[in-house]
Amino acid sequence: MDDALIPKGVKRCPLPEFLMKLGPVVALLLWGVVAMFMCWIKGLNQTNMNDSYGFALWIWADLTVIALGGGAFFTGLLRYIIGKDKLKEILNFAVLIGFICYSSALLILAIDIGQPLRGWFIFWHANVHSMLTEVAFCLTCYFGVLTIEYLPLVLENRQIDRVPFFHNLSHNMHEIMPVFAATGAFLSFFHQGSLGGVAGVLFARPFAYREGIFIWPWTFFLFTWSAAAYGPCFTIMLAKITEKITGKRLVKDDVYALLAKIAGWMMATYVVAKIVDTWYWATVTAPSKGQTLMDFYSNNPFYGIWILILEIGVGGVIPAAILITRKGRRTPFLLVTAVVLGVVGVCVNRWAMVLQVMAVPVLPFEGWPMYYPSWQEVATTLLPVAYGILLVAFSYRYLPVFPQEPELNPIVTEAREPAESEATGGAGDAEMKPAEA
Amino acid sequence: MKHEQAKKYGMVIDLDKCTGCGACMVACMAENNIPFKKDETNKLDSITWMRVYQLTNGKPFPNTDICYIPRPCMHCEGDHGHSPCVSVCPATATDYSLKTGIVSQIYTRCFGCRYCMAACPYHARYFNWWDPVWPDGMEKYLNPDVSPRMRGVVEKCSFCFHRYQLAMNKAFLEGRRELEEAQYQTACAQACPAGAIVFGDLNNTKHRVHRIVQPDPAHGGRPKNPKAFRLLERLGTNPKVYYLSSREWVRRLADHYLPNETPGKGH
Repeated sequence: MDDALIPKGVKRCPLPEFLMKLGPVVALLLWGVVAMFMCWIKGLNQTNMNDSYGFALWIWADLTVIALGGGAFFTGLLRYIIGKDKLKEILNFAVLIGFICYSSALLILAIDIGQPLRGWFIFWHANVHSMLTEVAFCLTCYFGVLTIEYLPLVLENRQIDRVPFFHNLSHNMHEIMPVFAATGAFLSFFHQGSLGGVAGVLFARPFAYREGIFIWPWTFFLFTWSAAAYGPCFTIMLAKITEKITGKRLVKDDVYALLAKIAGWMMATYVVAKIVDTWYWATVTAPSKGQTLMDFYSNNPFYGIWILILEIGVGGVIPAAILITRKGRRTPFLLVTAVVLGVVGVCVNRWAMVLQVMAVPVLPFEGWPMYYPSWQEVATTLLPVAYGILLVAFSYRYLPVFPQEPELNPIVTEAREPAESEATGGAGDAEMKPAEA
Repeated sequence: MKHEQAKKYGMVIDLDKCTGCGACMVACMAENNIPFKKDETNKLDSITWMRVYQLTNGKPFPNTDICYIPRPCMHCEGDHGHSPCVSVCPATATDYSLKTGIVSQIYTRCFGCRYCMAACPYHARYFNWWDPVWPDGMEKYLNPDVSPRMRGVVEKCSFCFHRYQLAMNKAFLEGRRELEEAQYQTACAQACPAGAIVFGDLNNTKHRVHRIVQPDPAHGGRPKNPKAFRLLERLGTNPKVYYLSSREWVRRLADHYLPNETPGKGH
């Protein structure tokens, strides 16, 4: 039915089956949309946030998707600036994931603010001292960069590519892509860092506060570093999930291995830095405010020391140890285990730097306020997940997201004939190349 | 203008006098058109610019002792010139006045990101989770000098700034440039039946608040009065609300201390 839109050399399931399988995802999306409009129309009283939890599930989701979307800028940096040419085989997918993550972050932010119609005040009345201002500017600019990086892939759709203007536009955009990759890396360094700074500058919140250099707390650098380390893990994890769902190999093992190796070493160095930071914070910073490490991890029903062990040990040391070894990277089970643990680790880190910051009592005579999200918060947080699945599904179906797919999954003779007869109708097909953006 | 030469309004609350009656909270609510819910049992989303906490020494009877501690916004100056909340607001919707030392909140500019609430260790900032709904007829009794706030913005104690504006207007009309101590007083200070709340200019040696606290400008306004202290002083917030207490356990509960530290000596 939609064969003319499907990239040459690959096989896709029939359109009705494709749409049927996406049915539950669309239902999830609609659930999220209903919750989103409830929040916009009725206000943030639809959430379980309160005056102790001004930041909650949504801000965690924002920080997390931006960290996980870091695979886009870091893979682009490695491909275009460092010259790791092999990574072009997974770069399209990394950009797609980044685009989803950043657009999701912007959407969640639009729901999260109390006066959404005034969202532009952050640009108009910008306070240059605020980390959130830097986040807003860099995040918005970088989303523009990601759109520019994603666009050539869209233009490589078989039918769009037949239009000479779009074909030439796509070609020319490829030519200048290193400029955008460099811009993206520059912007990402600042907004990933600023997101770390959001918590790190809170000098009146001893759990969050960190010293640093000039205006940048250590969390500024740790967040950028962790995004570069864990973002590629998320890219690999989602590529593996896509392979599982489609039942095909989409990326060659040596590409995974190279990205995993770089991510592993980034993670290993990050974990060392994180341990040093934690040690200094526990022994110098917190005591200078009159508190000990265990003040932050006791006398409450949820936040035990396990969360620190889960974040740094299980989600940091173990995956880093796996990924920096050749055997670990080359063994599929270990590779998947490592990237999943890495993703868990960075999610826990962001949770602690948002939710635990709110939970730890600062006034000595106050207790730990606990929080659980309302269904509206959960639904609006799952909304971007559903949107992401849909965008991946449609991109995978109609765009050459994985350049190695035709090579890894040659179409057998009986399947090739109808595909070829379909292809004869498109003069531009012969010129189609794997997207490089 | 150097802040040390300008006005620096602040407050001192004598906890030995405070009975916890809550008159300061009521006066604040009425003066500042603070909205309330039909059901106020959940204090985590109630708005109380002035909130009275009950402290206990944790000892069993007959050694039990309690203390009430009223907590307005501390109007922090910050040890390094930045209030915790002012420096983080992305839209410059809250500001620190070097003329008065008052931390303001611009309701029509706030877009409700709540970063300032995350930054404030005193929980002095409140979010309007709902639009204000007044019981029938009550809108006629609202204070015309204070604008009610809409849903989705943050609000907090302003040290009754509208009273400062009115007093300054009157002073200008009468050809005066300065205010006498009694000409600008907050609603809570006036309402306190025990006279526990004293408000005035910390930089003005004639004002009672200065004479009681004896702030040391060379050390971030730290009080020279041995009975005086501030909440969470060692965090570097440099608050302008001081407390007085003759009880050691109360002073210790005002801040965090390591087991081997003593209040006033540990930092």
